[in-house]
Amino acid sequence: MERDKHFILGIFDDEDILLNAVKEVRATGIRIHEVFSPYPVHGLDEELGYKRSSLPIAAFLFGVLGTTLALTMQFYMMKFDWPMIIGGKDHAAFPDFIPVTFELTVLLAAFGMVGVFMISSNLKPWGQPRIYDLRSTDDKHVMAIDIATNASVDLEKIKDALKTSGATEVNSKSFD
Amino acid sequence: MAQVKNYNLDQKFDFTDAVKKVIFILGGIGALLLVLGILAAALGGDHAEEGGHAFHWTQRLFANLWINNVYFTGIAIIGVFFFAIQYASQAGWSTALLRIMLSFGYWLPIAAVLMLVTFFIANHDLFHWTHSYVFDKTNAEYDRIIDGKGSFFYWPMEKGTFPIFYIVRMVLFFGFWVFFFNKLKSLSYEEDLQGGTSYWYTIRKWSAIFLVFFAVSSSISAWDWVMSIDTHWFSTLFGWYVFASWFVAGLSAITLVTVFLKDQGYLEMVNQNHIHDLGKFVFAFSIFWTYIWFSQFLLIYYANIPEESVYFIERLSSDVYGPYIFVNIGLNFVLPFLVLMTRDAKRHNIFLKLVCTLIILGHWIDFFLMVQPGTLGHNGGVGLMELGMLLVYGSAFAFVALSNLSKHNLIAKNHPMLEESYHHHI
Repeated sequence: MERDKHFILGIFDDEDILLNAVKEVRATGIRIHEVFSPYPVHGLDEELGYKRSSLPIAAFLFGVLGTTLALTMQFYMMKFDWPMIIGGKDHAAFPDFIPVTFELTVLLAAFGMVGVFMISSNLKPWGQPRIYDLRSTDDKHVMAIDIATNASVDLEKIKDALKTSGATEVNSKSFD
Repeated sequence: MAQVKNYNLDQKFDFTDAVKKVIFILGGIGALLLVLGILAAALGGDHAEEGGHAFHWTQRLFANLWINNVYFTGIAIIGVFFFAIQYASQAGWSTALLRIMLSFGYWLPIAAVLMLVTFFIANHDLFHWTHSYVFDKTNAEYDRIIDGKGSFFYWPMEKGTFPIFYIVRMVLFFGFWVFFFNKLKSLSYEEDLQGGTSYWYTIRKWSAIFLVFFAVSSSISAWDWVMSIDTHWFSTLFGWYVFASWFVAGLSAITLVTVFLKDQGYLEMVNQNHIHDLGKFVFAFSIFWTYIWFSQFLLIYYANIPEESVYFIERLSSDVYGPYIFVNIGLNFVLPFLVLMTRDAKRHNIFLKLVCTLIILGHWIDFFLMVQPGTLGHNGGVGLMELGMLLVYGSAFAFVALSNLSKHNLIAKNHPMLEESYHHHI
């Protein structure tokens, strides 16, 4: 069976039950693909065993890029391209550059971070986001288990594990 | 979720002899350095200046007293201010740290006495406007600019006599600060005994009133105690600048005490999430301070009006103070910005200890740069006397705060938001 195509979904009503269920399902050796919830659930990342996002690193790198770009741009403009004397200061007067440098650092860090986030979460304009269960945008928590990654586990066993850990419904979902 | 832990809420901080010994040793080293510094300065002798004013070593002593008076008053009032902020903003995460903030306020009465006494002894050495001749039109030293500002110090009395308005403000500010501190502290301690949510509401009400008063008084005290040293000069955001410096130093001190108590095994309910939030505060307000500092600098630098730029020319072009401007920026901006940027650094005590200690030193340098150029000119600098005085004040402050911290519960055990603080998670 192909990976990332066919899923078993457990639907949960309550976040406490969900958190426990994540722990129990993982304890049985089943690997959880993803959990979708309408709002952030505290402690869910830890229970799922996710590593921390490396988004801050992207933000920092884009920030450094902004700083470099701003300083180079201003230095080139003010010193070489079109030197002007403003307020009797040197052509390349460093304190004048700081506000623009600050703004560009913040701008590029923010844009870079949003861009990286959107691409990495498949929210790009040309991407088609997958909806496992529409109710996960309203009042249900949805735990998705990829059948292919759990090929060694019996299908019924997965369904049972979800049921016993408190899922109100167990559905299957396939994407083409 | 819903794991109820049995924290020992009645725990008290035991101010052991070992801790006292460390504080006394630090204070002793400070006193020794101070005496050595005074001896060196006194034996170095007085020397005449080109202007005709003789420089005397006591001036340097008084300037030092003034730096530390203002600085440690700031750290003390920031403890009370941050406490009040927690209530006004209805914050729950900080519940376990409230008593640490409160303990700083015990320094306020001492600071008030020290400041008044220093002012009465050293007014002529610290503040040019205290000389009566600058208001005397017949005197060669008559100063039209100071004369124009004189009413701010002397009203309603005649300029050049007794600075009644200035003294009244100083007494009033300290009086109200101590009053509000006592109010908040006694309500908080009473809550320990009685319980219930009514105390929380009462404290919030008093906190809000205090914050309004503090907003005005912190700004005016900055003009009075610091900006009036350079009497001709003015900066409209100086109040914020001094407040920002106080706030970062105060937050660093709160963080250091928290980490110290954690290391000693107290504050079981404080976990890395609380420490992380304190680290964020130190990080964020270091940048806030930089923003204020740079705003003041950039406008003055760009406009280049002599009456404003003299402040920075006096500092940047001086052999004595020039390097410290860069030390100031390095310790108070570059260091916290780069070191505390990552999540991991804010969650590890060792980084916080290092950065907070250096920030406390850094903001002392900030106040050093505000006070000494205007009072001592090129006779100033960081020497034995400065280091000694800082250590003496620092250890006295630590002693007062910690000994009062040990008298009550470390945690406000009946605080209605205690449960929220247990589960604080970021």
